[in-house]
Amino acid sequence: MTDIWILLVKIVLALVWFLVLALYLTWAERKESAVIQDRVGANRASFFGFQILGLFQPFADAIKMIFKEDFVPPFSRKAFHTLAPFLSFFFVAVTVAAIPFGDDIRLGGKTISLQVFDGNVGLLFVLAMLSLGIYGIIVSGWASNSRYALLGGIRGAAQLISYEVSLGLSLVGLIMVFPSLRMSEIVRAQGALLFGFLPKWGVVLQPLGCLVFFFAALAETKRVPFDMPEGESEIIGFFAEYGGLKWGLFMFTDFIEILIVAALMTTLFFGGWQVPWLGANGFSFPWGGTWHLAPWLVTVFQVAAFNLKVFFFCWLQILIRWTYPRFRYDQLMNLGWKLFVPLSLLNIVGTAIVLSL
Amino acid sequence: MIKALGNFGELLRGGWITTRHFVVNMIFHVLRLFHVRTRRAGAVTWQYPEQKKPLAARHRSLHRLTTREGGKPRCVACMLCATVCPSECIAIEAAEDPDPEIQKYPSSFVIDLNRCCFCGFCVEACPEDAIRMDTGVIDIAQTSHADLVFGLDKLLK
Repeated sequence: MTDIWILLVKIVLALVWFLVLALYLTWAERKESAVIQDRVGANRASFFGFQILGLFQPFADAIKMIFKEDFVPPFSRKAFHTLAPFLSFFFVAVTVAAIPFGDDIRLGGKTISLQVFDGNVGLLFVLAMLSLGIYGIIVSGWASNSRYALLGGIRGAAQLISYEVSLGLSLVGLIMVFPSLRMSEIVRAQGALLFGFLPKWGVVLQPLGCLVFFFAALAETKRVPFDMPEGESEIIGFFAEYGGLKWGLFMFTDFIEILIVAALMTTLFFGGWQVPWLGANGFSFPWGGTWHLAPWLVTVFQVAAFNLKVFFFCWLQILIRWTYPRFRYDQLMNLGWKLFVPLSLLNIVGTAIVLSL
Repeated sequence: MIKALGNFGELLRGGWITTRHFVVNMIFHVLRLFHVRTRRAGAVTWQYPEQKKPLAARHRSLHRLTTREGGKPRCVACMLCATVCPSECIAIEAAEDPDPEIQKYPSSFVIDLNRCCFCGFCVEACPEDAIRMDTGVIDIAQTSHADLVFGLDKLLK
């Protein structure tokens, strides 16, 4: 019985974690883009006269979207039209279950892993759910029964399927290095040291795989350098026929995808919750010093490190979105099939050669 | 593939530019937050209703009618401003002034700001320096058209 309660608490905490962070990513995106462009950004939303850096902006946005009309076009396929945003939200949101937030903690004689679903196919589960997210786009494009939405949906499907290939292939090298598909095992293996001082993170062992994975994952988030499905300036995108909260769900899915990509980058390539040289008993530095820490403090350090890394990658993705202009459709396909797929294949071959030496 | 790799350097350069802007502006924002005097602010934004940008000396803002010592308008209802006005937004009704030096004064002077294009010709045309556009008031928006028709009472303030 207590196991079920622990699981429920973990699910609720994970939900709260990614919903709150995704909510504030909308604020962070506005603020970061503003700072990059020498502006101030949204700072007017106030709550009883307090406007702390516009931190209430996400709630103002949510209230606005709730009170908008939930319009279903008469020419659309209504059931699928309603289903599509939930599909695309669900498959992205469920990925958070496989992400480890910290090392196992001991509480009252029980060992609790800070992870909702620690399956032995964790990595495959994440990839499968990210791929299933395409259905939300295809279904919304198709069910809207309008040309622009259909065009956006088809483009989105083509782009996501193309980049799914390099996304999967770039991880093969990683699986060869850390011979496990279990996310917690992959993170634990990254705690070891290379040459006695360098943390054995995925980015150190798989620099090329890390790069290809990051760009392919960026393409999966469907944001500006890779925003073929939306293409605000030419087609209106797969959610052209949506309004109000359903459109908001699509937008929210985008922000959760940023978060998931950041969490995956952290977990797979940047050591997850590992802090360099932090063991179960505290720090033991390569130059000889040690710093003993209580077990609860170690857990705090690990969770904080995980979150910091996730924040950094969210920041980086927003920076990329506000730096680069979008690709043309053929450039996008060239980049996916002629650069990333060969590079990830090269990465597999190179990893195999190095491992067999 | 080789060409794409060559473009990667340019991608990094672009990323460096936005990162530099972000870091430099954030440093200024944080310093200003802790009330440290800095050479410049983190953003070029003027927070308008609270923080007003100084207007140029020759800026044409809301009209006003200048007055004589007694508080009466300097206007002698010569109709030059109403004649020169390209938007035809000035309507003047003249009345006889008991003072023989003045002879005429406007019993009503109405500027319809719905029509006004703020060209400033009325100020140029006025021989008596009776109308000026130097109040510095630029937020004159109203919620109804009727509120934008300014009569003597508002113009003499």
